[in-house]
Amino acid sequence: MNTSVKIAGVEFKNPVTTASGTFGSGMEYSQFVDLSRLGAVTTKGVALTPWQGNPTIRVTEVYGGMLNAIGLQNPGIEVFCERDIPFLKKYDTKIIVNVCGKTVEEYVGVVEKLASQPVDMLEINVSCPNVKEGAIAFGQDAKALENITREIKKVAKQPVIMKLSPNVTRIADMARAAEAAGADAISLINTITGMKIDINRRKFVLANKTGGMSGPAIKPVAVRMVYECAQAVKIPIIGMGGIMNGEDAIEFILAGATMVAVGAANFTNPLATVEVIDGIERYMKEQNVADINELIGAVQ
Amino acid sequence: MQIFEKSTLVKCGRLSEGIYEMYLKTGAAEYAKPGQFVMVYPSDASTILPRPISICEVCEDTLRLVYRVQGKGTREFSLYKEGESVKVLGPIGNGFPVEEGRGRKSILIGGGIGVPPILELAKALKGEDTTILVGYRNSDMFLTEDFKKQAPLEVATEDGSVGVKGNVMDVIREKNLKCDVIFACGPMPMLRAIKKYAEETGIKAYISLEERMACGVGACLGCVCKTTKKDEHSHVNNARVCTEGPVFEAREVEI
Repeated sequence: MNTSVKIAGVEFKNPVTTASGTFGSGMEYSQFVDLSRLGAVTTKGVALTPWQGNPTIRVTEVYGGMLNAIGLQNPGIEVFCERDIPFLKKYDTKIIVNVCGKTVEEYVGVVEKLASQPVDMLEINVSCPNVKEGAIAFGQDAKALENITREIKKVAKQPVIMKLSPNVTRIADMARAAEAAGADAISLINTITGMKIDINRRKFVLANKTGGMSGPAIKPVAVRMVYECAQAVKIPIIGMGGIMNGEDAIEFILAGATMVAVGAANFTNPLATVEVIDGIERYMKEQNVADINELIGAVQ
Repeated sequence: MQIFEKSTLVKCGRLSEGIYEMYLKTGAAEYAKPGQFVMVYPSDASTILPRPISICEVCEDTLRLVYRVQGKGTREFSLYKEGESVKVLGPIGNGFPVEEGRGRKSILIGGGIGVPPILELAKALKGEDTTILVGYRNSDMFLTEDFKKQAPLEVATEDGSVGVKGNVMDVIREKNLKCDVIFACGPMPMLRAIKKYAEETGIKAYISLEERMACGVGACLGCVCKTTKKDEHSHVNNARVCTEGPVFEAREVEI
């Protein structure tokens, strides 16, 4: 049984990675999960300088999901290169570094710093709904997305994944823009902008008022968007949004995803990543699937 | 050392209005210290986040958790029956620096649903010069009999039905309580008042903070609090309550 997949020449032992921001750089979860079992670890977004993030309350539960407005708190690329990359290199897994910034120059700056680092792929976060400048501004306008993708591709030494926002009118247009500008892959969906109001206090629950929704409640939206993008572009897709188990992951793969990412499920179950891998293998056995690649986009 | 496993509910019950307890048999008990907490995972699939609950008592291989029914998750817990299996992760956090209370005069302060972790701390400091000071809304109190076995107990109630009328700070003033160190867990206004009191009097105060959490292991950065020093993880004066906390020296945090 083959579970390995390839994206832009990088081979992953299985199609499962982590959704950026839910797994840190793997350090905290490594006491429960053997990181070497994962196809890849996708790290929390890293910027050129340390970012403080938003005030609290930053997270809240909603029915079948959660809202977060962390605001990309991170220690900056220097600490990341000194601490997080050497940690991840101890494991037999691929490293996908999620990159964030407020301006094109900042994104390019991080990508340049990563050029000499032993990481396998870059995921460009142009879709975080929780920071005021940059991020989603690049992900909601096809021209801006095309432009930033080109600028990053000029300096990137690793294959580039553009992470798309679902908070757009037609996500397929964004996928096409990323592909046209030379992106090696796309990942989707980032969180869906949401809001929760405390009716007793008549106040917003989150300090940021809005937050990104994730969790099993958003899965049907994510599967639909992965399908639409798979119909629109030829570059590989990393699918995510509410994957809780192997069956959910298979759904994304059938819709057209080459890889999948496990996000909020890590909070529901610290072992979610490995259980998703086990679930995929179980499905393949039951369905007599010799190669996972047969399933990619196989929905009829 | 943290454990993530299915624990067994060996005993449970209601302590007062909206306050429940459960005794969970878990490997996490072996490593638990006063002031630490555990994540308890609801089984209803629509509640995707675990609930952080403080450790009230460590009884050999069992953790006693006392919690308030606050929403869907804790309501589910309150309906559990003995023998049920309950997923837990813990122990989590730094806990109270018990050694700071040795050989010193200390007050252990709990308010509202911040009262439970004071019990395990009182047990750890038994025999030391400690006073337990707890605040409740009214005479519908919980854990007071357990506290009396450990150290002298002072009580404040908002309606004045038991002890001093008012809050825990009113007790300190009215009874002229003196100490070298305060350990406290409770609502933010109480912790702010303790921080102010500690700064004015020059005593040390260790306060246990509460914040909304998602992962409980330090990965999501949901539960941060402002710190005066650079934090260990992101170097931006935003420490993780679940990992660097929940207990901070009052001077080190901006609340």
